[in-house]
Amino acid sequence: MAEVIHPEDELRVIDWNLLLETAMEMKNAGLRLSQACVSYVAGKYELVYSFVNDETYKLTNVKVIMETTDWIPSICAFYPYALFYENEMKELYGVDVRMMEGTDLNNKLYRIRETTPLLPKEKK
Amino acid sequence: MGKRKVVPFGPQHPVLPEPIHLDLVMEDEKILEAVPNIGFVHRGLEGLIEKKDFNELIYIAERTCGICSYQHGMGYTETLEQIMGVEIPDRAKFLRSTWSELGRLHSHLLWLGLLADGFGFESLFYECWRIREKILDLHELTVGARLIFSVNKVGGVLRDITPEMQKTILETLDVVEEEVKNIQKTFLYDYSVQSRLKGIGVLSLQQVHDLGCAGPFARASGLNLDMRKLGYDAYPYIDFEPIISTDGDCFARCDVRTREIFQSIDIIRQIFAKMPEGDIAVPVKGMPNGEATVRIEQPRGEAVYYVKGNGKKLLDRMRIRTPTFANLPGLLETMKGADLSDVPLLILSIDPCISCTER
Repeated sequence: MAEVIHPEDELRVIDWNLLLETAMEMKNAGLRLSQACVSYVAGKYELVYSFVNDETYKLTNVKVIMETTDWIPSICAFYPYALFYENEMKELYGVDVRMMEGTDLNNKLYRIRETTPLLPKEKK
Repeated sequence: MGKRKVVPFGPQHPVLPEPIHLDLVMEDEKILEAVPNIGFVHRGLEGLIEKKDFNELIYIAERTCGICSYQHGMGYTETLEQIMGVEIPDRAKFLRSTWSELGRLHSHLLWLGLLADGFGFESLFYECWRIREKILDLHELTVGARLIFSVNKVGGVLRDITPEMQKTILETLDVVEEEVKNIQKTFLYDYSVQSRLKGIGVLSLQQVHDLGCAGPFARASGLNLDMRKLGYDAYPYIDFEPIISTDGDCFARCDVRTREIFQSIDIIRQIFAKMPEGDIAVPVKGMPNGEATVRIEQPRGEAVYYVKGNGKKLLDRMRIRTPTFANLPGLLETMKGADLSDVPLLILSIDPCISCTER
């Protein structure tokens, strides 16, 4: 039989202003950013950043719940490849991601004519 | 210092089966930087949560990709099952792993063919795709379709693989194994192939980790990471170890994928030897309420599914992070310092699936 790894996944809900600090903590712990995405639930954004330990396979989901008028900082300083996820959040849902100097693709990651296409129509 | 210029590459190019555009900042024949442009065919599949219920979304998820279609449907279904607390029968787990490994076989054979085409070895390309047809025949035998299976449902699977089918599959895999051994000799030992692949697009273990790469692309640089080790479906009952290489170049990526073909054949043999009798599905009631993140190992690497349900038919979110999305930063890194003539091989070496990426 193969050795099977059964890590317990972790969910942390944090305030938006702790995002950079948490991303730095994850980076220092050697975790990989596996994915980041946003949902629009009950009039708010829910951002989920998934960090993975490649040795133990443990997944830590860091969730930020924020008002649609709030902004979040980019985590590209710690995870440069987060630029694709952040540009996707911005383009598809209209999340206000700031501190994206050099990583902002100015809504041209996807060539979509409609702005924020995944945001419900009543919110646009 | 030579003269700098920008060379556009794609979105239409003979070596690209799908559209991606790169602005290559060149100094003479060397690439200094590659600036990507994707998004030519974004389909907004994730937006269909507004119109399709969580069961119908299985068929939408399958249409994320024409190659790893089955695994997308499976990954999404297993995320729903995790939210709803559904434990599927053991036989269904073994069946799911069988189709996953058949999918890996046909995907790797397709990629090997495209790679051969990329370095101008047309007969090798045809040979890879000829062998792949036999795997597609097995798909058709077991589910009645060659690419889009539509065989998953919440609670199990819709079709069984009978002992007669298993016998046919094993006989076909014996033939495929011998034929792949033949093409493997060419891919790994032919001088002209080696001269086009060795030392090209090298990424170190540290680089693939820092760039968040996944799958055979990362394993070719020594990253011992295979989501099947998480033990979903039948994998806890199967003896296998992730296949890795340490050279980190295009040749190593080819080596890892050819060896994974033999590994998948071996896994299918183990599955059939250990497959339990019993039901292939359990009845499920209720709606998904909650959220879950599931990771599975697709042919191209780790795929991540995030689903958030609200107790109603329509979900709040279905998110699919495809392996190609994770491997794009690694691809751009391989370009730095590369020759213009190597760009097609570098792109192919991540096994790109742009339709997946632009779900």
